[in-house]
Amino acid sequence: MSVFCIAGFVLSGCSVKNSNAIKGEEVAVLTFAPNVPPPITRDYATKMIVNLEVIEKEMEMMDGVKYNFWTFGGQVPGKFIRVREGDLVEFHLKNDPSNKLPHNIDLHAVTGPGGGAVSTFTAPGHETQFSFTAINPGLFIYHCATAPVGMHIANGMYGLILVEPRGGLPKVDKEFYVVQGDFYTKGSYGESGEQPFNMEKALDEKPDYVVFNGKVGALTGDNALKAKVGETVRLFVGNGGPGLTSSFHVIGEIFDNVYPEGGSTQNHNVQTTLIPPGGSAITEFKLQVPGNFILVDHAIFRAFNKGALGILKVDGPENKTIYSGQQDDRIYQPEGGAVQTMPSADAEKAKPLTKTEKLELGKALFASTCQACHQADGKGIEKAFPPLYKSDYFAANPQKIVQVITHGLSGPITVNGKTFNSVMPKQTLSDNQVASVATYVLNNFGNKGGEINAEDVAKIRK
Amino acid sequence: MALISGGNYIPMYSKEAQKITVSSFYMDVYPVTNADYLAFVKSHPDWKKSSVKRIFADSNYLKQWDSDVLFDKNIAGSPVVNISWFAAKKYCECQGKRLPETAEWEVAARASKTKADASNDPGFNQWVLNWLTKPTAAILPPVGSTFKNYYGIYDLHGLVWEWTYDFNSALTTGESRGNSSLDNSLFCGGGSFASKDISNYASFMRFAMRSSVKAKYCVANLGFRCVK
Repeated sequence: MSVFCIAGFVLSGCSVKNSNAIKGEEVAVLTFAPNVPPPITRDYATKMIVNLEVIEKEMEMMDGVKYNFWTFGGQVPGKFIRVREGDLVEFHLKNDPSNKLPHNIDLHAVTGPGGGAVSTFTAPGHETQFSFTAINPGLFIYHCATAPVGMHIANGMYGLILVEPRGGLPKVDKEFYVVQGDFYTKGSYGESGEQPFNMEKALDEKPDYVVFNGKVGALTGDNALKAKVGETVRLFVGNGGPGLTSSFHVIGEIFDNVYPEGGSTQNHNVQTTLIPPGGSAITEFKLQVPGNFILVDHAIFRAFNKGALGILKVDGPENKTIYSGQQDDRIYQPEGGAVQTMPSADAEKAKPLTKTEKLELGKALFASTCQACHQADGKGIEKAFPPLYKSDYFAANPQKIVQVITHGLSGPITVNGKTFNSVMPKQTLSDNQVASVATYVLNNFGNKGGEINAEDVAKIRK
Repeated sequence: MALISGGNYIPMYSKEAQKITVSSFYMDVYPVTNADYLAFVKSHPDWKKSSVKRIFADSNYLKQWDSDVLFDKNIAGSPVVNISWFAAKKYCECQGKRLPETAEWEVAARASKTKADASNDPGFNQWVLNWLTKPTAAILPPVGSTFKNYYGIYDLHGLVWEWTYDFNSALTTGESRGNSSLDNSLFCGGGSFASKDISNYASFMRFAMRSSVKAKYCVANLGFRCVK
């Protein structure tokens, strides 16, 4: 037996003999995201008292957008709970007297009916208590499970509880707490004012907001996570859902270690890890170079259009071998410097177009043919592509636009006082198409108007 | 009081066949106010804050009152809350009335401003749901501050929860998601696949609220009104 004890000690850093004995008691330190309570250093199990209060309150979903959140502790996600494998957890759920609704809690770390939900169904102004032994180590979601369950979760009632394995997790320099959630509001993304919950969108699983830590911008700007080059970072990541699975990714980093689904196995060298609603993952990575590393749900419209974006700001010395930064930027000319012909569009002999028709067709042609270089705002790019915006190049003679489109242009020119020396290939467009796009340019980008006809184009083309 | 014409009511936790027939009845137009309740305790001193028996009302009983007979004048016209089921029942009996049954309350409460039964009106349901998602106001508005419904009754939604006589006859287990596996569907209001209308979230919440309380509980947003 003593041999086993020693083996156990070496492998997991704790004594097998004492593993199940509960010694003493502690009141758990709980933290708001993105902070994590300190690692547990004791090598024995204890009675851990957890006090969590349910608070319903109005907060901002993004600046100017108000939402009635239901929370564990007063923020979304709820407070982070950290206990040790084998601990006897005495859980107190308090429902604030000013709350409208009864609530309960299902902790996925609990072995027992409802994960504690049965035992914690609590009326406003009441407190319930139950106890459980944290048998399985891992990172677990907790959430409210009162009917209608989906709505309680959709309003923000979730958080993470970490059951540290005996012996603890490997030491790292920084630990952070991030939980993704999706929200369903009456107005669409960004619509300001008070935004009530929209049940129809929730049933369709079509959220207006997908955010980290309960708010658009909870992890950007001044709220960005901060670390230094050389440090190892651990992210405790959860997904409260209720609807969407997260493709969790940190742009510019590779996870050295991932504990998929918050369990005990480790995967290495991972780009993106899946986190289902009601699930979690632990990711770890060493910071090698400075810069902003962006946390996203790589279902990428959620990141850039619905809010699932956070920033890890890393300070420290550059390491040009690992990442050089931009070394050059030069003009790329795939087919040499001569005037070129673009692939032919079907030449059309069409009836003359009205000015309105030209503007409409010209807009589409501009987007597909011109915009890549001259830019959507017509301002071009300095030293490379001349501006069409308030351009003095063709102000006196609008026909010059037609000349350039039909014949191409190379060599130095001056536009609005700036010199350009580059190449524009001749565009193979029909007379009507050239007339349309030229008319569009003349009537947009601050230019003074005018109209080009297909006959003008035909003459210049010869 | 206002007359509520009877009708059929199908609880959200049951099937079509389990409809309940509700006879016509009269209902108080407003919830009972602090001022109303003060008159009651003056004539029934057993129900004063200081003398009520703990098995009939927990220690939050009339918490918003400063003493047995005093409270902030501003709440005189607000609904009385922090009131137990026992106290509410006694109050109604002493008026020659009674607490509404859940089915009666639900029949009266499904009326919007213009319709006797607005339970399929998305706008009405969303309005009710919006109120339910907001925390209780620090100072409750006076009775009559919400809308007058089809029957001429105020405040069934938008002010406070209200006790019903049989509030605990439909139960959630506390583990609402498990309710569909119970065979006694009459006793599971928690919101499950067995429900008639799984999208009537406001109704789920009322049943969840009723299931979370016991008869002696006194809750800060739970009041009552009487019927006969």
